[in-house]
Amino acid sequence: MAKELKLMKGNEAIAEAAIRSGCDGYFGYPITPQSEVMEHLMAEMPWEKTGMVVLQAESEVASINMVYGGAATGKKVMTSSSSPGMSLMQEGVTYLAGAELPCLLVNVMRGGPGLGTIQPSQADYFQTVKGGGHGDYQLYTLAPASVQEMYDFVFKAWDIAFKYRNPVMILSDGAIGQVMEKVYVGDYVPRWTDEEIAKNAPWAAFGKPASRDHNIVTSLELDSAKQEKHNHRFQAKYREMEKNDTLYEEIMCEDADYVFVAYGSCARIAHKAVQIARDKGIKVGLLRPITLFPFPTQPIKALAQRVKGILTVEMSAGQMVYDVKLASEFKCPVEYFGRYGGIIPTPQEVVEALENKLIKG
Amino acid sequence: MFNEEIVKPENLVYKKTDVLTDVIMHYCPGCPHGTIHRIIAEVIEEMGIQDKAIGIAPVGCSVLAYNYFNVDFVEAAHGRAPALASAIQRLHPDHHTFTYQGDGDLAAIGTAETIHACNRGENIIIFFVNNAIYGMTGGQMAPTTLVGMPSATTPYGRRVDLNGWPLQITELVAQLPGTYYVTRQSASTPADVRKAKAAVRKAFENQAAKKGTQFIEFVSTCNSGWKMTPVQANEWMRQNMFPKYVLGDIKLEGQIVREYNPEDSKVIRELKSVK
Repeated sequence: MAKELKLMKGNEAIAEAAIRSGCDGYFGYPITPQSEVMEHLMAEMPWEKTGMVVLQAESEVASINMVYGGAATGKKVMTSSSSPGMSLMQEGVTYLAGAELPCLLVNVMRGGPGLGTIQPSQADYFQTVKGGGHGDYQLYTLAPASVQEMYDFVFKAWDIAFKYRNPVMILSDGAIGQVMEKVYVGDYVPRWTDEEIAKNAPWAAFGKPASRDHNIVTSLELDSAKQEKHNHRFQAKYREMEKNDTLYEEIMCEDADYVFVAYGSCARIAHKAVQIARDKGIKVGLLRPITLFPFPTQPIKALAQRVKGILTVEMSAGQMVYDVKLASEFKCPVEYFGRYGGIIPTPQEVVEALENKLIKG
Repeated sequence: MFNEEIVKPENLVYKKTDVLTDVIMHYCPGCPHGTIHRIIAEVIEEMGIQDKAIGIAPVGCSVLAYNYFNVDFVEAAHGRAPALASAIQRLHPDHHTFTYQGDGDLAAIGTAETIHACNRGENIIIFFVNNAIYGMTGGQMAPTTLVGMPSATTPYGRRVDLNGWPLQITELVAQLPGTYYVTRQSASTPADVRKAKAAVRKAFENQAAKKGTQFIEFVSTCNSGWKMTPVQANEWMRQNMFPKYVLGDIKLEGQIVREYNPEDSKVIRELKSVK
């Protein structure tokens, strides 16, 4: 594939990847710090290049339901928002999960709660991986740590979404969304033809040919026995995701006495903190979850059996730390360090926290 | 004795459309949903667009409409059908996307989606069944409940000081530049059903010509929720609903054909009881 090097914001990379990955439709509503996604799309006019539909909705409630409609017809559709907007979308998200609709959601997180701040945050971890909407469901959740990953994960998202018939979330933050970095972009992947949709999404409601029964897309099943069976199937699907599609990266963990666990922007900061700590003679590594659901439980469990302690680094009041503690099976101390409300931790702070909470403690 | 003559094809006088399934409907005896379903399905069959039709079901009594229409169907969250339809029709511009919604779904929780889809002129059909009540949840007040009309949440009748005025959303969407055809129909008599079916046909034809939003209200009964017999409910609708929700075309070919005076909204009519 021909590669082209561009300098882009993370948000622009999402939009560019949407166009180049054969996305059929984007439906969104402006909110800082992700508005560049729709701005880039509107400026690029992809309806003239690839036939992609772009629509500015009247609210996040409408945009997530436009995604629901488009996804129900087997199209590759997406939306993006930031924390308060993503809260508004939660009803639609659980309907998407309940109706098993493949789609892409992007949350460029900002500090909360409430209207909060427009600065970066990771405080929507619980909302994303523990529920958000009602009912037992999971979103396959990718956590990009660079502009390149913002771009690449859009492509990855379509594969996963249609593989499992499940919504995929790219859980980013205001720092990754706003920062400009170099990014390699590839050739345009054509949008699926009607024939490809009929083949890849035979369940979809795209108009009933005489050759088959009518397709119904719904999350409703009033018979509780059948509803429980649906749920069993969902859970089996989530276990398959855990088995086959858990992604993570280990950096300098081989000889590590201590390990940071951090994702997204915090993984970049923790990576720098690894270098600072090693300069001081402390052997530290970094485990970066790339998927937050499914969570890299097994590699963390393995590390916990041989290191002296684990520190999670988060832009929240301590959310992912619970999953790390469970994964560790308490074989080693697990501590948390974070800044929140829109504050980004410095690598120095991270090293100090390691020393204070795990080494001296 | 079985008469062999009646099964001969040349003697066929009526056949249930294949665009309705044979699933037994859950609607109450006397409910007009079945008739409204049928005329929509018949138009789809007559126009030969079954393979292009995509329906959106609401939340409410007609949530299970997808079991009865033999076309591809999507079940929406409460009030969001016009948002789904907007996206679907844009992604499939040569298809026939239609929503089927009740008054609570369309005119209360889904007001924003309704107004904005109509204002954008989405090339969709909105079928709006107005029975002035939340039927499925047990007869609570709807945005279209008449002043003085009892319901489960207005047991002594709707009061303007407590509950505000009934919302005439059909007159409202007619004001928007995106709507092309806005009409109010009913299925209360055979003559009304024939008129309503002609309106449904016109809506689908306008959609095929990509004219913008088609909006058809069906003034309807809910004899269970109103606690009347079907016959009483039909008569009560004629006596009390029709003076407020006047039947006929409101907008034709993008032009208002029946002006709406907002002062009319404030006319309180004494409700007539029906024996």
